[in-house]
Amino acid sequence: MALVEITQTVDAKGLSCPMPIVKTAQAIKTVESGAVIEVLATDPGSVKDFAAWTRSTGNELVEQTSDGGVFRFVIRRK
Amino acid sequence: MDEQPLNLVLFSGTDDKLQAAAVLTAGAAALGKPVNIFLQYWALEAFRSERIQADHGLAPEAGPEGRRHVDALAKAGQATWAETLRQAKDLGEVDIQACSLSMDLLALDDGDLDPLVDGVEGVTAFYLNAGEGQIVFI
Repeated sequence: MALVEITQTVDAKGLSCPMPIVKTAQAIKTVESGAVIEVLATDPGSVKDFAAWTRSTGNELVEQTSDGGVFRFVIRRK
Repeated sequence: MDEQPLNLVLFSGTDDKLQAAAVLTAGAAALGKPVNIFLQYWALEAFRSERIQADHGLAPEAGPEGRRHVDALAKAGQATWAETLRQAKDLGEVDIQACSLSMDLLALDDGDLDPLVDGVEGVTAFYLNAGEGQIVFI
């Protein structure tokens, strides 16, 4: 798998809905188009939320994994 | 983009209903959807600058068990509804207006309200700004 350079990490662990999305929407505005950020979250609702948010905003959900209750989302800015 | 706004009429002034409204607002803001909030009655009362951080209680259906659940979430670090609204305003197009009739009812002046509130308007202005967007009453 090609390595993607992560420009910024949003640590949203322990935050409840909708803060993981809010923090991500704030962070994505600070990076350039095409840049990639990662988000760490523990809110179980975030899986569907990030799928919906990326679909609606046009940002790309590059990768999604989970490890021990922590979800990791890799997102490329539109 | 001619996205229709989400329009929330907030009537209840309890922390749980205001939290629910703040979550709806922040979610919409994250999606780039404009949000208009119209504050009436007890919701407006909760936005008084000297009372916004106070305990505003919960809806009657919460009961003691609901109180425990809400307290546990707050203790775990959940942002307050006021903080959630502040972040939503940073993020997107969120306009919070006080209902002028409720201002009279509660004998409030502009200066009594938290800076989260953008202004005072009547119901006609609210409808005009609501456009074709949905109106939700909480």
